[in-house]
Amino acid sequence: MRDVAIIGVKTTRFGEMWGRSFRDIIVEAGVGALEDSGVSGDDIGSMFVGNMSGGQFVEQEHIGALIADYSGLSEGFHVPSTRVEAACASGGLALRQGISAVASGQDDIVVAAGVEKMTDVSSGSASTALAAAADREWEGMMGATFPALYAMIARMHMHRYGTTSEQLAQVAVKNHHNGAMNPIAQYRTPITVETVLNSIMVADPLHIFDCSPITDGAAAVILAPADIAHEYTDTPIYIRGSGQASDTLALHDRRDITTLDATVFAARRAFDMAGMTVDDIDLVEVHDCFTIAEICAIEDIGFAAKGEGGKLTEEGETAIGGKIPVNTSGGLKSCGHPVGATGIKQVVEITHQLRGEAGKRQVDGAEVGMAHNVGGSGATAVVHILSRER
Amino acid sequence: MSVARSWRHQVQRYNLIGTSCNSCGKYFYPPRTMCPGCRRDGEIVSYKFKGTGEIVTYTVIHTAAEGFEHQTPYVLGIVKLDEGPSLTSQIIVDPTDVYMGMRVRPVFRKLGDSGEKGIICYGTKFVPE
Repeated sequence: MRDVAIIGVKTTRFGEMWGRSFRDIIVEAGVGALEDSGVSGDDIGSMFVGNMSGGQFVEQEHIGALIADYSGLSEGFHVPSTRVEAACASGGLALRQGISAVASGQDDIVVAAGVEKMTDVSSGSASTALAAAADREWEGMMGATFPALYAMIARMHMHRYGTTSEQLAQVAVKNHHNGAMNPIAQYRTPITVETVLNSIMVADPLHIFDCSPITDGAAAVILAPADIAHEYTDTPIYIRGSGQASDTLALHDRRDITTLDATVFAARRAFDMAGMTVDDIDLVEVHDCFTIAEICAIEDIGFAAKGEGGKLTEEGETAIGGKIPVNTSGGLKSCGHPVGATGIKQVVEITHQLRGEAGKRQVDGAEVGMAHNVGGSGATAVVHILSRER
Repeated sequence: MSVARSWRHQVQRYNLIGTSCNSCGKYFYPPRTMCPGCRRDGEIVSYKFKGTGEIVTYTVIHTAAEGFEHQTPYVLGIVKLDEGPSLTSQIIVDPTDVYMGMRVRPVFRKLGDSGEKGIICYGTKFVPE
């Protein structure tokens, strides 16, 4: 297997983009990443695009072909283009497929991208589309929503470990603080713990400010064999570890409601591949679709002992300047969560950080970063470890 | 939900009928046709659950899923049946009375409908024992 590097990245602005279409935003991301890498259309071997639900959000399937076409890579080039779906982990899985294509020697230059256009439908329809990431027949049909599933995780976590609503709120406060410094973020307004606690209850104990928003956005990265990465860029970022794992589709079938075993195994596999431990990681983007999800993630990856994630957050250790900065981009909470694009956006943020170009959000001396992307309530998780040094 | 999709699990939803594996003795609700432990060596048979169990965790939903708007606030919980498996269900109880560990029993209720001209789906919900 060949080592793989990231040689170009781009994330579009995240937000409610009424004036822009699905194809507009993915083309912007793809072209931006190609420009960043200096690669031309002739060089591209294949494309992998993460997209959760074009069918429900914009009534469009056959996403791979659409994107190749509107990127100008169909006529003349006929670049193979594959859509990858694993609910909110679609982006992370698209990256993993792209890495496999390069590592195996099948292709040299590969585009790994993600896109979701969520605001072309009402928020009710968007919630229904998202609920399809859970078990439609045995969770959705009973009236479950996504906030409700994570609320049941939160209640158990609070009961068992003493995690508080204030600690959950501090996740949102920290992520809004970071997002306010990110030019592409959906919400660039700092909030307080009171903002969260006084906001409406969606599914007790989760308030609306505990939840990530509905977002339009796209992101793309360009992959190349590490041996030739320097031909394209002075600052290639190397893929050191990639891990993926599955768990039961429904929350009620899990071994432990408060642990995402898919995260545990995906992280372990990524660490094993990289030959690293949590102590080697300088910063991490985790999948904070809800505030409780960030707390579970930092525990399940191993940055905190089980039950200690709320405390670590409260002590400020997950802020920029803390022991392990978490979600410098603003996370899903503040940067926004266009579901299929999120996994790629996380890796773009880590790349900016490792290149030292993250501006006010920069983590000093960042050498190794991690991205953690989850599908559904934890049925899929994918973890990547990136570094400046090969 | 289409007629066929609703009808297919009607007996199981109405009567809390799941499956069990004769090879290892595990019970499954929602029903599974393959035992995750024994896989091809498993022997799956139909099993009617007693229906009693306890609430593992729960939430009170204020922003409902589409089709459930008129029910808010409603309690959704994970119920661990006495035979072992857990399921997701609405708990028909005052939201201020529910607690973790509460004993519950099944009742036959309307789950939802597919609009004015669509079918009505029925199934099992839970009430305090």
